[in-house]
Amino acid sequence: MPTPNPQTSLVTIGETGKLTLAILQDGERVMRICNACRYCEGFCAVFPAMERRMEFGEKDLLYLANLCHDCGECYYSCQYAPPHEFAVHIPQTMAEIRRQTYREYAWPGALKGLFAHNGLALALGALIAPLLFLVYLYTVATPGVFFGAHAVADGAFYRVMPHGAMVALFSLLGIGVCVAFAAGLYRFWRDLGEPLSTLFDMRALKQAMVDAMTLRYLDGGGEGCAYPDEVPSTARRTFHHLTFYGFLLCFAATSVAAFYHNVMGWKAPYALLSVPVIFGTIGGIGLLIGPVGLLWLKIIRDPETQDRKQSGMDTTFLAMLFLTSLTGFLLLILRESSAMGAVLAIHLGIVAGLFITMPYGKFVHAIYRSAALVLNALDKRRPLKLPVGEI
Amino acid sequence: MDTNQLYDVLIVGGGNAALCAAITARQAGASVIVLEAAPRHFRGGNSRHTRNFRCMHDAPADVLTDAYGENEYWEDLLKVTAGHTDEKLARMVIRQTSECRPWMRAHGARFQPSLGGTLHLSRTNAFFLGGGKALMNGYYRAAEKMGIEIEYNAEVNELNFRDGRFHSAVVVRKGFTEVVRAKTLVAAAGGFQANIEWLRSAWGEAANNFLIRGTPYDNGHILRLLMNQGARTVSDPTQCHCVAIDARAPRFDGGIITRVDCVSLGITVNQHAQRFYDEGEDFWPKRYAIWGRLVAQQPEQIAYTIIDSQAMGAFMPPVFPPIQARSLRELADALKLDPQALERTVAEYNAAVRPGKFDHAILDNCSTEGLQPAKSHWARRIERPPYYAYPLRPGITFTYLGVAVNERAEVCFEENRKLDNVFAAGEIMAGNILGKGYLAGLGMAIGTVFGRIAGEEAARRAHA
Repeated sequence: MPTPNPQTSLVTIGETGKLTLAILQDGERVMRICNACRYCEGFCAVFPAMERRMEFGEKDLLYLANLCHDCGECYYSCQYAPPHEFAVHIPQTMAEIRRQTYREYAWPGALKGLFAHNGLALALGALIAPLLFLVYLYTVATPGVFFGAHAVADGAFYRVMPHGAMVALFSLLGIGVCVAFAAGLYRFWRDLGEPLSTLFDMRALKQAMVDAMTLRYLDGGGEGCAYPDEVPSTARRTFHHLTFYGFLLCFAATSVAAFYHNVMGWKAPYALLSVPVIFGTIGGIGLLIGPVGLLWLKIIRDPETQDRKQSGMDTTFLAMLFLTSLTGFLLLILRESSAMGAVLAIHLGIVAGLFITMPYGKFVHAIYRSAALVLNALDKRRPLKLPVGEI
Repeated sequence: MDTNQLYDVLIVGGGNAALCAAITARQAGASVIVLEAAPRHFRGGNSRHTRNFRCMHDAPADVLTDAYGENEYWEDLLKVTAGHTDEKLARMVIRQTSECRPWMRAHGARFQPSLGGTLHLSRTNAFFLGGGKALMNGYYRAAEKMGIEIEYNAEVNELNFRDGRFHSAVVVRKGFTEVVRAKTLVAAAGGFQANIEWLRSAWGEAANNFLIRGTPYDNGHILRLLMNQGARTVSDPTQCHCVAIDARAPRFDGGIITRVDCVSLGITVNQHAQRFYDEGEDFWPKRYAIWGRLVAQQPEQIAYTIIDSQAMGAFMPPVFPPIQARSLRELADALKLDPQALERTVAEYNAAVRPGKFDHAILDNCSTEGLQPAKSHWARRIERPPYYAYPLRPGITFTYLGVAVNERAEVCFEENRKLDNVFAAGEIMAGNILGKGYLAGLGMAIGTVFGRIAGEEAARRAHA
């Protein structure tokens, strides 16, 4: 009898060279098993998407792995999970493919090393960037301003860091980050076998946005997913919502503030009951609770489904989000004290650090997950592809 | 496991029937211990591999479409068993399946609408979200929460009977032998299909070529112990749920992915390259359960399903890749069949195929004429290379030889001997209802209904 079986793969060579041969083989092998079983199709988007694919080459695995929300349901439900000889461990396989995705699609490639050196990334974001800001602002500030007490008055922040410099620096960072994301997304989309045009399919984009904003596929088919252990729970979804919407509200606060400054001519800091402060406060609370909750779930997660290789990356990003919010609140509390200059410098440094590390850390999951959700929406509308051998 | 305690209910086995019994007995206030022979990872017996249960309903109900009434269910059962069933018990199971779902849900079961590849079952079968292992995880969680004691790796070696009643069980666990006492016993330890020797005594050497689709822990030891005590038996040792699965599957525990769903699309030949049964007799879901037996009756218990490129891809993808060749001759070589014989068989078949309109979704009019055995539907000429083959062997799911029970799940003993504290549920007694043949989802239906009855009766007896 020929050799290929549930324990070996049909794959002998990679396609784009992005994924290692070992993970390509493991991915093909387990997806072939899953596709013959299909018991998990009610849990999430991955298994119905798999059924529409039938073949599991590199592009299919990139797609399916990034569509996976890592909820763990399929692992606990799997009759072939280790120690079964077929050793099907979807969360582990998908996590490894995602890890390789994040690293291989990072742009510029020279910085992909940050994925492997999370300590360095964390130091860069949480230590070096704030230090540089402290040194820079202390150096450029007019004597007496940096350590001076400030009344809440128009433009107090900008006496520490001139508005023009702040806008210029963060615009530059923002543009850089967006270029990095776009470069990664473009190459990822291309390797999924899609032309650029399909990425701008409005119906699919809208569907993907709804799926992402509601975390539609992080519900284990209804009652919550198997995270941190096999008991269905909505904890992860809740904490992710707090983090995500917290982040969004903080972003909205900054946007409104920019509008106030540039259009209305009102200068920061703003009153406690102003829109930017309210948005920033509510969002900031989300960004304090959410990341701590996610980190806590990660720590207590069943070791069977953990991917230790990603702990550093996950922790770094969660820490950066938490520190962004924490220093933001410190600034709100201390903005009239003599510590304002230093706290502002640290806060801006942390935000800059967050920006710099975003394309080389866990944040990128949002890019590739969203792309996979767009493809999922597209795939659902396409006629079923006939599988292998059809003439 | 407390060897000093006298438990109300001792349950041997850890699958669906066992857990349904355990939870029901505990709900009735009994102290319950479950002895599961498998380690935790492999707990749940064959239920771990299941996916749905067949469910009577008079109107569309949550995941079930349309209606599936008692009589239709009964007729279906009568058809597959050819009368080898007990109408009273069968109808009781059928009626009670209509009331199980809320109880199952309350104890951790989750259901889902049937999706890809199983739509034809959406009317009759309720699907477990994530399959049977997910169901068992839910039941085990519920059981633990209720204070049911569960012991894994706990193999029951002996059952002690005193004064004509069950007294205690001898358990081997972690190399130690202990005795657990209980007022009542629920035997829910499955069939004997993993006991090749027992299979051999029924099937002869043919059993050496059988594959066991499910748990390797169902060795029939508890069934044997009850038989030794004089329990009456039902069905016979050759009867079982047996499907044709890929010959390359592992000896045990290959589960659902070893299925080969293209028999009705091609021809199936034995080792002599001869056809032996009508591949297109009926829809595959209605026929898959007879093909295991058919293959078991062939020389060396091997068969090969052969299709051409026309049929490729029109069925559920098997996990094993097909054996592929550019010509029938080459295919025969790869399968170690006589090339001339295979070419002749295919030629005769092709010549007998009458023109028709192929439609796999209905019993179409593509059939053979003047061929023995005929192919009644979906007969298309096998002529477009490449050609593909899947080797088949009998895959046993569970055996039907079991202990006779009454409607209270009490085990019936010879000479009407009273042994009023022994109950049975699940595969170990499924033969009462399924003496022959199979209906998808019936094993879980019997296990759930009889599990609950056994649990309730055992608790009542313990408190009497």
